[in-house]
Amino acid sequence: MNDGAVSSPRSGADSKPVTLAKALNMSLRAAMDEDPKVIVMGEDVGKLGGVFRVTDGLQKDFGDHRVLDTPLAESGIIGTAVGLAMRGYRPVAEIQFDGFVFPGFDQIISQVAKVTYRSQGAWSMPLVIRIPFGGGIGAVEHHAEAPESFFCHIGGLRVVACSTAQDAYDMLRAAISCDDPVVFFEPKRRYWEKGALDLGATALTDTALTDTGAERERPPGCFSSVVRRPGTDVTVVSYGSSMPILHAAADAAAAEGRSLEVIDLRSLSPLDLGPVLDSVRKTGRLVVVSEAPRESSITADIAARVTEEAFYSLAAPVLRVAGFDTPYPPSRLEEDYLPDLDKVLDAVDRALAF
Amino acid sequence: MAAVPGSPESPGSPYHPTTARDAAARGAAGLRGQPTPSEVIAGLRATSHGDDLVQLLSPEGTLTAHEDFPFEVDADLLRGLYRDMVLVRRFDREGNALQRQGQLSIWVPLLGQEAAQIGAGRALRPGDMAFPSYREHGVAWCRGVDPTQLLGIFRGTDHCGWDPKATRFNCYTIVIGNQVLNATGYAMGQRFDGAIGSPEADGESRNEATIAFFGDGATSQGDVHEGMVFAAAFDAPVVFYCQNNQWAISEPVEKQSRVPLWQRSTGYGFPGVRVDGNDVVACLAVTRWALEECRSGNGPVMIEAFTYRMDAHTTSDDPTRYRLADEEQHWKLLDPIERVKVHLSRQGMADQEFFDSVGAEADELAARFRAHCIAMPKPPPERIFANVYSEPHHQLEQQQAQYLVYLASFEDQGSATPGQVTR
Repeated sequence: MNDGAVSSPRSGADSKPVTLAKALNMSLRAAMDEDPKVIVMGEDVGKLGGVFRVTDGLQKDFGDHRVLDTPLAESGIIGTAVGLAMRGYRPVAEIQFDGFVFPGFDQIISQVAKVTYRSQGAWSMPLVIRIPFGGGIGAVEHHAEAPESFFCHIGGLRVVACSTAQDAYDMLRAAISCDDPVVFFEPKRRYWEKGALDLGATALTDTALTDTGAERERPPGCFSSVVRRPGTDVTVVSYGSSMPILHAAADAAAAEGRSLEVIDLRSLSPLDLGPVLDSVRKTGRLVVVSEAPRESSITADIAARVTEEAFYSLAAPVLRVAGFDTPYPPSRLEEDYLPDLDKVLDAVDRALAF
Repeated sequence: MAAVPGSPESPGSPYHPTTARDAAARGAAGLRGQPTPSEVIAGLRATSHGDDLVQLLSPEGTLTAHEDFPFEVDADLLRGLYRDMVLVRRFDREGNALQRQGQLSIWVPLLGQEAAQIGAGRALRPGDMAFPSYREHGVAWCRGVDPTQLLGIFRGTDHCGWDPKATRFNCYTIVIGNQVLNATGYAMGQRFDGAIGSPEADGESRNEATIAFFGDGATSQGDVHEGMVFAAAFDAPVVFYCQNNQWAISEPVEKQSRVPLWQRSTGYGFPGVRVDGNDVVACLAVTRWALEECRSGNGPVMIEAFTYRMDAHTTSDDPTRYRLADEEQHWKLLDPIERVKVHLSRQGMADQEFFDSVGAEADELAARFRAHCIAMPKPPPERIFANVYSEPHHQLEQQQAQYLVYLASFEDQGSATPGQVTR
């Protein structure tokens, strides 16, 4: 793969299906082409191209000052990224696996999230932390976790999760152009699944204000949820790796004459509940799906807030399909742990039975 | 718990206070909180700096040239450093008083560390960047942060009262060691920007360096280790400036390290220097050298400023529970300000009028510091929601709007808002 350091991805518009990992790679390349302050850093992101090859070829084309193979220390990666952001860079830091983010957790919570607040806006923190997340790949311990709730709980961070190749490209571009820190979750189980990527479709329509007050163009919709498939009977909501399961559930339900409305949250913090509430006001039934443990989770928050804001529209309690409140199990058991088609359909049946 | 032989509770042990003088030396805590024998030994050991100390101005006020750190000293420089240290000590003491009077919830005293901070602070150029911990009031002073801007953190009206970008003095960082990594990252950026290693043009240099302040306790933190690893890996122009004040709250430095702290730099592959942290001239000379090493592309460098925390860790701490007054008395003889005063007097570089005028200026500063503190208002509730993000955030906008409506509901009823209710 060699798109060339100076070629814009738009000029070489490629409407063929690409893998989600390739879409992320193209997004990084486009952002680095556009802004010399964008740098990529992490473990093995250089010559190796990252263990998932998301940064493949970038160091070769942009040099080792812009694609940094760092020492093997996550707090060091995040902590130096903070300093680089203060210096005016827009670092994109890769955490190799979800379960490895915790050595860097202190810097994320104590500095990344709080630097802007503490300094009363003097510092912005345009930092993206990419984390491959979720299970289903038969991995050893610490390689299959869904830790997104930890970050959603912290004011000062934005948290998003992509589920398609198109979103991988657009949302990463948007995250990099955002002046706030964004924790960017990538569905590692779906890295090699192909999806359409239409670079012409990423119309730059949204605007945001820059430091100087000037308007800056940015791809739309990084921090909003979207209705993937309209329906009338039950609303099913998820993000990241579980989205294909929701589509399969909608297909299966349709075969039985039931219509599911499928919503992809995309933005986990802040939550964009508008489309969810609109949908629930129509269907009266909501099933929320996530790989993360159920306790104090995104699914819990959605259930609470839908109850607060759409109580009289609900015809059934909000039901959840989530991970158990255990450590992630050995991989031979992960099928039992993860949400799947049967678990989602079971929840849909229970919602309809009310 | 039963007394064990040799413990402070054991009568007849050398640590048992047998005289009123011994008891007084232990301070108000008396028998309730005595240093253990090992703490006493550790504390006394901390008064011995070893043979590698860089010192230019002795505690007796004698100035001696150092072959590794040649340094021009004139009367103006010394008078300026003296003034800096006196003013900083004066508002620091006022900070303690304001806490005792209930005007501050806490104060973090720097007493005894004036030379370590003024020496380093005055070595910085405007283009350099400093990352403090939370005791660096003297460095703040050198960066042009007004002492009143430090108050909000300790009065609870803000988390940082100055512009860290404009002053090039980052916000105080309270989680121990975090700022060392942030400083390293900033320095990596300086290097990527080409802000080091350029030849001077027209006597002006556009070269920059970064300095990270941390204490002896912080050297045990992973972030300090990782900062040194990253700085070495990326040749970052950062000075790791460790103020070894011998105590991490109650834990002596020997709990943190078996070897002198400056020697750790060897393991990371860059130079380390132990400087007399109570000698402002040596701190200035060594830090100026270290920053220039970084600016010219030879960073990183580690400095251990060997000093002493003369006061408590914070106003909430009680050092009589873990160290002897004897130890403080020993360090009092090494006072950073007195030696400069002696030298200025003996060399005829300053007269009584000068010392009086600095004293008067210090009192004026303290009065201004105090008046400012007492007049600081409670921030408006909107402040809770301000600057959490740099870009618009609908969820917080909604929370703020809802809270303001809630507050307004009290006004509609003609009653006090919750914040005004006296509890």
